Amino acid sequence: MCGIAGLHLREPSLYPRLGELLTGMLCQVTERGPDSAGVAVYGDPRWSPPGESTVSLLPGGVPADDVATALRATLPEAVVVGAGQTLVVHAATDAETLTDAVRTVVPGALVIGAGEDVAVLKGVGHPQALAAEFGLPAAQGWQGVAHTRMATESAVTPAHCHPFSVGTDQCLVHNGSFANHATIRRELTAAGIAFDSDNDSEVGARFVAAQLAAGYDLEKSLKLLCERFDGFYTLLVSTRDSFAVVRDAIACKPAVIAETPQWVAMASEYRALAGLPGVESARIFEPEPEEVYAWQR
Amino acid sequence: MAALSTVDSTVDSTVDPAVEPALVDLSLTTVRELNTALHAPDVADKAARWRVTSPGGKHSIAVGLDADIDVVIEGHVGYYCAGMNKTATVTVEGNAGVGVAENMMSGTVRVRGNASQSAGATAHGGLLVIEGSAAARCGISMKGVDIVVGGDVGHMSAFMGQAGRLVVCGDTGDALGDSLYEARIYVAGTVKSLGADCVEKEMRPEHLAELAGLLAAAGMDADVVSFRRFGSARRLYNFHVDNASAY
Amino acid sequence: MLSQPPLSPDPTLRESATYDRATIAEIQRAAETGIYDIRGGGAKRRVPHFDDLLFLGASMSRYPLEGYRERCDTDVVLGDRNATFPLHLSTPVTIAGMSFGALSGRAKEALGRGASEVGTSTTTGDGGMTPEERGQSKHLVYQYLPSRYGMNPDDLRQADAIEVVLGQGAKPGGGGMLLGQKITERVAGMRTLPMGVDQRSACRHPDWTGPDDLEIKIRELREITDWEKPIYVKIGATRTYYDVKLAAKAGADVIVLDGMQGGTAATQDVFIEHVGIPTLAALPQAVQALQEEGLHRQVQLIVSGGIRNGADLAKCMALGADAVAIGTAALIALGDNAPHLDDEYRKLGSAAGFYDDWQAGRDPAGITTQDDELARRLDPVQGGRRLANFIRVMTMEAQIIARACGKAHLHSLEPEDLVALTIEAAAMARVPLAGTSWIPGQGL
Repeated sequence: MCGIAGLHLREPSLYPRLGELLTGMLCQVTERGPDSAGVAVYGDPRWSPPGESTVSLLPGGVPADDVATALRATLPEAVVVGAGQTLVVHAATDAETLTDAVRTVVPGALVIGAGEDVAVLKGVGHPQALAAEFGLPAAQGWQGVAHTRMATESAVTPAHCHPFSVGTDQCLVHNGSFANHATIRRELTAAGIAFDSDNDSEVGARFVAAQLAAGYDLEKSLKLLCERFDGFYTLLVSTRDSFAVVRDAIACKPAVIAETPQWVAMASEYRALAGLPGVESARIFEPEPEEVYAWQR
Repeated sequence: MAALSTVDSTVDSTVDPAVEPALVDLSLTTVRELNTALHAPDVADKAARWRVTSPGGKHSIAVGLDADIDVVIEGHVGYYCAGMNKTATVTVEGNAGVGVAENMMSGTVRVRGNASQSAGATAHGGLLVIEGSAAARCGISMKGVDIVVGGDVGHMSAFMGQAGRLVVCGDTGDALGDSLYEARIYVAGTVKSLGADCVEKEMRPEHLAELAGLLAAAGMDADVVSFRRFGSARRLYNFHVDNASAY
Repeated sequence: MLSQPPLSPDPTLRESATYDRATIAEIQRAAETGIYDIRGGGAKRRVPHFDDLLFLGASMSRYPLEGYRERCDTDVVLGDRNATFPLHLSTPVTIAGMSFGALSGRAKEALGRGASEVGTSTTTGDGGMTPEERGQSKHLVYQYLPSRYGMNPDDLRQADAIEVVLGQGAKPGGGGMLLGQKITERVAGMRTLPMGVDQRSACRHPDWTGPDDLEIKIRELREITDWEKPIYVKIGATRTYYDVKLAAKAGADVIVLDGMQGGTAATQDVFIEHVGIPTLAALPQAVQALQEEGLHRQVQLIVSGGIRNGADLAKCMALGADAVAIGTAALIALGDNAPHLDDEYRKLGSAAGFYDDWQAGRDPAGITTQDDELARRLDPVQGGRRLANFIRVMTMEAQIIARACGKAHLHSLEPEDLVALTIEAAAMARVPLAGTSWIPGQGL
């Protein structure tokens, strides 16, 4: 049960302002989820320099310097950036190699995001304070997702925060509560998929990642999710080239989309969109039940 | 009360309150302070007109009013703006969040932009005008309110509508008027689908007159002949086993 | 439903445990009518309950208090976290929400009179507030339900507290159904419905779902009433640990927890008997949730669902409740199922002590009816006196137990004063099996 805010920029001149705009949106949905928060930023040069891959991790108490020292034994160019309770590692190698290296040198760490474009930052605390801790206002990039969490049935820890980024450059955030996630988790587990948390939203993220891995596009993957999942959900799902929104058949959990030639934005409430440049002339609407709204980069 | 003095300080005492509205800037004043001032027993004597700036999508703005006052809110509002309104006229110069004018009793609430879901939910009376579009469940469980929407309405609008009139100048989403009781619905555009027990009904002269009155009250410029009327088939009023699948 | 077929005439005939006579009769009834059984009351099946707990009275290691002389207080303050005017009650026995519609106006008045006489609160129901009820109730809690029948801001402002109802122990996750025969002109008027139609109540609120929206809804109710009144949140016992945490996080001042034995005016039998968990199982979960949030005793907990006497009250208090609510017991105190009406109950196919057709509106006791002639049988003054007597007895019984445990206030009772008679009750209540130090399920 939570607040969602996401921004997909079409106009490159806005890229330097991504973090500033996303911070403003995040602060407007704070009341919906004051327990904890998480963000995903696509294309920030500090976290995801071009030509390198990025891994985000909750280091389990291991200091950033120790992680950097250990990593450089195998990846001499690896850079570790601290962002609150999260560390972001980047190096000029592919995401899989970097993920493996991180897992080897910090076995107690939880990898919360990996790819060429995405940095995922999570923490427990007041969302506004977390945004500052993450250094979000200064972030740049072409797409960002933010989530504030009011935990329902799982614990309040950084690992339980959204976004759930379980496939390369993918992110899913959720407002609502799935009603049959335990069964789908069992099915995915039986198919060899491992989970990091007992959060119902992670089941949604793993399901979407499995469909994408099977070759379906994002739109089709979300259609399949609607067929399979019961419960109430507003989902915002992003990948390295797309941004998509879907709601359940009843569509009670709030969602508003605004679209201009410069950007597409989605949030739980209007107030999160009200500060965006040019919002006065945006096309504003609420997504229909079980309809997938997707935008390509 | 501290709250009142804060609001009072924003009222320019050199102007005649009967002519100039009292100003409240929600970037400087809290919603609590605003509502306290609007709930004062002598609010109408103090200022019959109120202008609220920088609403910033905040929730519960101008809720529970019960006085003959006119409140204009310049910008977007969050959930439940003008909730349970009585007597007062509230205008939102922007978009409204979930449940605008929920359980309104009387008075007028006007949204210049769009309204989110559950606009006018369970409202018992008064007039709610949404000049833009309303999202899902517009007029859910309506109990006597009149709602006029300039644009479209989302799915499940007028669900379990008990009394009152819903006028939609645009299109409707799925399941319009599901489980309807005695509320009447007029639609100018297309109806995506009707809900259980909702049927199209004949547009008789009294309905054209009623509709014309509602459109005039809402200030909507629409031609009554383009509208169709929908109401309850009253098949679900008392349980019958043959209708079990419709429940 | 009391329609016992005659006992087997032949002792060699063996009744099936699976297809017993009641099961056979229900299959036959369903096949004939095509509709599920709707009835009033709560769960009839045996579930682990407070009867399965015993108190450890003082002897050598603890010192008892002298009955009737040494102080044992019973007062309780509800809703002092945010409200300017919390409720100060003399006894922690409150009256649960029951609607005008389900009950006659006179029954509502009697509840108000009885509650006021002993300094406790009564509660409206699905159908709005009646003047009789407001007039006779010193402390009146106004329910805010999904249907919003009769809901209006004037009554909201007239109330002493507001109870946002998410669910009910008899049917967590379910809506309501008041059958057409009880929708008289007055009931219909209050609910803005045509007379005589079945009145369906939604299971979800029309303008919010989930804790994030509830937080915003609670703030709206506070704003409308200028933060004067406590806001209660009532839940049916199911996923109690999470639900209580979320209700507290969403800003509730008081949480009302209704277990599966809680009554209802009219609900499907399958719902009453098969959905929800026993009051005994839910209460410790709720207390744990509040303790973990650091809110136990800050957010008060009212427990209902099968509370029948002072022992139940004392056990609830010991397990961490701040107060209890009675519904079915209050109706019995007013005269429901009274033995002198046995002949009339039998005419309705029931018997005194078994009558549960509260949905039908033909209550010979004049309580669960909208029939004027029947309703006139209940004298609200006398009914109120009976209820007051009953609540006094409950309170005194709880004091007797508390004093025996050495407590100067009912709130000083604690789980360590209790043991369980059965393993099931020990596991649910999280107290040791009597004579052992074993609490099943702990330390696993």
